[in-house]
Amino acid sequence: MSASTHAASPPPRKPRLVCPAGSLRALTLAIDAGADAVYMGLKDATNARNFAGLNFDLAQARDGIAYARSRGREVLMALNTFADARAPGRWFTAVDAAAGLGIDALICADTAVLAHARDHHPQLRLHLSVQASATTQEAIEFYRERYGIRRAVLPRVLTLSQVEQVCRHSTVEIEVFGFGSLCVMVEGRCALSSYATGQSPNTAGVCSPPSAVRWEDGAGGVSARLNGVLIDRYAPDEPRGYPTLCKGRFDVDGTRDYALEEPTSLNTLSLLPQLMDMGIAAIKIEGRQRSPAYVEQVTRVWRAAIDDCAAQPSRFAVQPEWTAALGRWAEGQQHTLGAYDRPWR
Amino acid sequence: MNTRIALTVGPVLYYWPRRTLLDFYAEVAESPADTVVLGEVVCSRRHEMKADDWLSLGRELAACGKEVVLASQALLESAADLRAMHRWADQPAFLVEAGDASALRALAGRPFVLGPHINVYSEPALREHAALGAIRWVAPVELGLDALALINPPAAPVAGGPGADTPIATEVFAFGRLPLAFSARCFTARHFHLNKDDCGFRCIEHPDGLLLDTTEGQPFLALNGIQTQSAAQHCLIADAPALRAAGVRRARLSPTAQHFGTVTALFDSVYNSGADALAAAAELDALSLPGGLVNGYAHRRPGLERMPA
Repeated sequence: MSASTHAASPPPRKPRLVCPAGSLRALTLAIDAGADAVYMGLKDATNARNFAGLNFDLAQARDGIAYARSRGREVLMALNTFADARAPGRWFTAVDAAAGLGIDALICADTAVLAHARDHHPQLRLHLSVQASATTQEAIEFYRERYGIRRAVLPRVLTLSQVEQVCRHSTVEIEVFGFGSLCVMVEGRCALSSYATGQSPNTAGVCSPPSAVRWEDGAGGVSARLNGVLIDRYAPDEPRGYPTLCKGRFDVDGTRDYALEEPTSLNTLSLLPQLMDMGIAAIKIEGRQRSPAYVEQVTRVWRAAIDDCAAQPSRFAVQPEWTAALGRWAEGQQHTLGAYDRPWR
Repeated sequence: MNTRIALTVGPVLYYWPRRTLLDFYAEVAESPADTVVLGEVVCSRRHEMKADDWLSLGRELAACGKEVVLASQALLESAADLRAMHRWADQPAFLVEAGDASALRALAGRPFVLGPHINVYSEPALREHAALGAIRWVAPVELGLDALALINPPAAPVAGGPGADTPIATEVFAFGRLPLAFSARCFTARHFHLNKDDCGFRCIEHPDGLLLDTTEGQPFLALNGIQTQSAAQHCLIADAPALRAAGVRRARLSPTAQHFGTVTALFDSVYNSGADALAAAAELDALSLPGGLVNGYAHRRPGLERMPA
């Protein structure tokens, strides 16, 4: 950096682009498309995307890490469910395995898991998962003081000004969600799925699990049920979405509507200059359960946008082709700024 | 002789007019409840009771022989929310129930209660919180009784408190609409097409929450501002032997707008005076409380199921 640029205020730090890898294929595509880091999970209930056919066994994890390493990128491991009372040791074994693999950081939420990592692998970098529901700088500080976390992922419920507030006071790096499915409930504090199906993100690493979904063709259209509970009913010509519990249509006081959340996706591309200005350390793309093609294309768009914004923050504009590319992958083909913008506030 | 299962009146989760609240607590003062949890835990915009009002109500209930606990809000978003939490943490008179990790940090080093929204799902996690000073643990609502017995084993309970010489007492959510989720968004305001900051406090019109049915008319959830609850009343009145076997020492009854005195009396008679559980359950059924009765979670089933005890 030249001496002259030192005189001005330092340029905003370029946030690291953290992309989802549900498979080795997704991992390599994300790296090739420009991810600074990928996050992945093991093939069990120790992570919050515990779906059949998804995630890594140890051999695949080794291959993935080697691939990322050789290109100077990072691999983070999500170990972000809560250790099951019947066999908490499985979570500790997974921490040991992650440390043995030489991952760059472990993303966790459970104090039991954090304590095990702190006590047995003090060199292992810890990130606080969104599942820990830390919405204030004091909550983040709790995890830093006790467990030495180095980064916290913020829940998707905070507004931009609240994110800024947390950033300003935080003594650790802050990561926010940039794109993907939107949880309208605070992550780590939602038991809607277990109420209907017996399995939740906290207890089983799943929400509205596919095993509980049933589609029915009837005279009134197509019904989507979750363990028998009617989540939505679609007219023959209506587009159908996956019956995530909070995104169904229900009756409240005689009005049938999306009573909790519309099936839309979070997309914060347009907020990039502000996020960079706040000093956000990393932007996370949601979607380990999505296809490798999704990961590749969403990563490509975000790589270009972050590079653009870092080069010319004051002249940053969302390119129409980016919006078009992301739109193809958005839930219900609709975008929202989510709580960051909060039109409903 | 069975040990007593202490009864805790949980915080009022709804927005009730001040007069209604004070009348409610006057009745609680005369009830067999051992402990009363006070404070607004759902929405900081609700203002019928100020901090000082809660504290003076707490002193009155304490004078009536009740143990008083102040609960901190579950979802903290603003600097004002943090200040409200510290107001509880800083007062010396009453035990505080932690609603989130900010409160854990503020309360560390002295005795406190782990609220139901602190994620403790295993014995090692409970030990982590015991090391902070927790003396009582209100289990997450979605845990089965089998898990409770593993997390705080009745034969060897986790030692709690700064002195670490008394065992942590397990408290279970035993009655009421289950607090299932929190959001930054207010679903009551959304239903009325109002912005959250200009919500008109419409939740005050719904003293047991706003019922959400499926398209085919099955009562499913209840909207209570930023909180989503079960439509059904979770009810463990017939599960006392299983509770005792799991080491549960306390049962939380979550306030309802109607018949709460009857509910408290029935639980006390069944849990602590040997009254017939099935007869009491039938009596509760006959009260036609909104949503009907369920107990699936206690039996490691979907929460909306009703299992034989």
